[in-house]
Order: sequence, then C-alpha cells, then structure tokens
Amino acid sequence: MSNAGLLLLQDVLEEPKLIDWEWLKENFWEDIVPALQGHIFLSVISVAVALVIALPVGVLSARYRKAYPPVTFVTGVLYSIPSLALFAILISIPGVEIGPSPVIIALVAYSLLILIRNTVAGLDSVPPETIDAARGMGLTDRQILLRVELPLALPIIVAGVRIATVTIIGIATIGAYINGGGLGALIFDGIDRQFPTEIIAGAVLATALAIIADLLLLGLERYLRPWARVRRT
Amino acid sequence: MFSKIFEVFARPDFPEKLREHVMLSLAALLVAIAIAMPVALLIRNTRLGAAIAINIGNVGRAVPSLAILALALPLFGIGFGSALVALTALAIPPILINASTGLREVNKDIIDAARGMGLSGGEILARIQLPIAAPVIFAGIRTSAVQTVASATLATFIGGGGLGDLIVEGYSRSGPEILLAGALAVAILAIITEIGFGALERAFTPKGLKIAQKRGS
Repeated sequence: MSNAGLLLLQDVLEEPKLIDWEWLKENFWEDIVPALQGHIFLSVISVAVALVIALPVGVLSARYRKAYPPVTFVTGVLYSIPSLALFAILISIPGVEIGPSPVIIALVAYSLLILIRNTVAGLDSVPPETIDAARGMGLTDRQILLRVELPLALPIIVAGVRIATVTIIGIATIGAYINGGGLGALIFDGIDRQFPTEIIAGAVLATALAIIADLLLLGLERYLRPWARVRRT
Repeated sequence: MFSKIFEVFARPDFPEKLREHVMLSLAALLVAIAIAMPVALLIRNTRLGAAIAINIGNVGRAVPSLAILALALPLFGIGFGSALVALTALAIPPILINASTGLREVNKDIIDAARGMGLSGGEILARIQLPIAAPVIFAGIRTSAVQTVASATLATFIGGGGLGDLIVEGYSRSGPEILLAGALAVAILAIITEIGFGALERAFTPKGLKIAQKRGS
C-alpha cells in the first residue's frame, strides 16, 4: 500500500467520534459547569432587568393608550434586528467593551417587546366590573393597581416572561462570540477546534436549559391561575 | 465613519454576500413551506396530529438557532448545503404550528354549512378552510422568514456565506466599518423582510375577514 493510501486509511480510522465521553468527564467541572452557570447568570440578569423596565412601561402604555403604538414600534424594531448584528452594533459604540455587558444589553432589548405586550394584555384582561367593585370598596388608584389589577394580570405577564426567557437562553449562546461567556463558548470553541463533542455539549445543555425554564415557568403560570385550575377539575 | 461604511457597501463582494444571504434564507423558507404545509394539511382533522405539531413547535422554539447550525457541522460538513439544512429545520416549526392551528380553528358551523351546501372535502379545504386560515398561516410564514434571515447571519460560522461573513471579517480583523456595514445590512434586510411579509399577510386576508375584524366580531 502506498504511503498516501496509508495516511488516508489512518484518517478514516481516526475520524473524531461524535461524542467523546472521556473529554466530557475530564472537562465537566472545569469547563462545562462554569459555562452552564454563566449562561444561567446571563439569562436571569437579562430577564430581571427587562422586567424592571417593561412593567412600568407596560402599565403606563395601558393607561395612556396613545403611547402604546410608538412603544411597540420601537421595541418591535429592536426585536427584529438579528442578534449577531445587534451585538456588532453595540460593540461599535465607543466605550462599550466586548464581554457580558453588551450581551446583557442586547438580551434586555429582545425581551422588552414580549414583556411589554403581555403586561398590557394582562391589564386589559382585568374585567372593568372588578375595578369598579374595588373602587366602590374605597381603594385608591394605586391600591387598585397593586392589589387588584397586577395580581389578576400576573399569569399573562408570567406567560410573557416564559417566552422571553426561552428566547433569551437561545440568543445568549450567540453572545459568546463577543466574549459574553455561557454555553455558546463551548459551541464556538468546538467549531474552532472541529471537535463535535464540545459543540454537542453546548447545544444539548442550552436546549435542555431552555426546556427546563419553559416547564418551570409554565408551572408558575398555572399556579398563579388558581381559578383556571378549579374550573378545569 | 459613515463614508467608510458606504465604501464597504460599494465593495465588489458585497452584492455577492447579500445574494448569498437572500438565496440561503429564501431556499430554506421555501423548502420549509414545502415540508410543513402538506404535513399541516394531512393532520388538520386529527387531534393527535395537532398535539404532535404543537409539541414539535415548542421543542423547536427551545432549540437555540446557533445549536442547530453548529450541530450541522459534524453531521453535514462545511458549506452552503449544510447551512441550508440547518436553516430549513429552524424554519419549519413556526409554519407548522400556525398552519395547523389556523386550519383547526376554522369555525365548525361554517364547515357544516358548506357541507350542507353540497361542497366536497377538497372544495371545503380550498374555498373555506384555506382562505379563512390564510392570515394565521401567513403570520407563521412571516415569523419564520424573519427568523431565517436572522439565523442566516450565523451561517458564516459553518462556512455557509452570507452577510455574516462581513461581521466576522470586521470582528476578527477589527475593522469597525466592515463590522457595522455587515450588521446594518443584516438589520435592514430583517426589517424589510418583516414589513414585506406583513404586507403579504394583509394581502392574503380575505375581504370578508377584514370587514369582520373592523366590526370587532
């Protein structure tokens, strides 16, 4: 057999396996767990910051209806900018360094549309008779908002949090390209090194994280809707 | 800075990247429609089918687009074809969910009335169910199209070409004008896609439905 033929044979035999369990074992605590933690950190911070912005904006948009179309327009445009492009635009701004901050800014921007829309829809779903009754009982506007409207709107707001969280967990993987960390770092490293195991580890964990977050928030949504639970049984 | 960005747009390889991006997105969208629509039609009358479609859609929503594209690399190799397979897989769920729920939610009384008038199953599908479900079906296609244009930016990581190439080039060679030019081009393309498919959605809403929407019924 010629030398070239031998080399070719060797190539075929040593083709990297799709899953290298040894690598997974060796790098579990050093690489994989920190990447997972980083991913959870990015997602939780982003949803939390987005909620702090979206709740007041949503309440105001529900009150002052004229403000609602411009708000959905601006957040809608932000939402439709592809994430890699938004990351690129953000790091082009002087003073914004690559790292987790521009990733968090982008993830917050993506959550706003969904969260604001669901806050408004949630407040709209409160029956006017309920608000009338609360007013009749002598509650002030602030008390009505905090003790009647928001609690009743909560399931729909949580439904928004659920969609936003799943979306964000997916987009956060791309943030690793600008050094945001998280599970995307495994995927990009795997692409660079042509190492399928690392790609699969990052991809599977990101998907699992999104599905788990989805189910947990779905559970919360159901728990917050006791009236629906009663009706169903 | 702005003149430098325009210099990038004037580069001879810019139209080529743009063409790749549009071709990749369009091809993925068309293949996804060709797969999702027949499936939605087949399962429109079965409860199990609808449940399966919705679950596929939910899981599909949870899988990060980068994960699908990156997984295509070890499975299908580097290049346009590999990116096309990944983008098609990403484009199917929104179309499937919307087409399946849209067809299912056509009022049963209307279908009964049509049957009473002597329309066959095929006629009911073509003249009642599809037109009434059209806005919902097109909303799914629009979601999918915008998402595909966005995800096509990531094709660059597996050698699929497109405008993402410019972003990567600008990032790795720290050419801020190339980075921004690529990002702006992608953003504008995505917004045009959103607006264009929104218009398509309105165009395919039957006149009767529009009147009903206006009346608020």
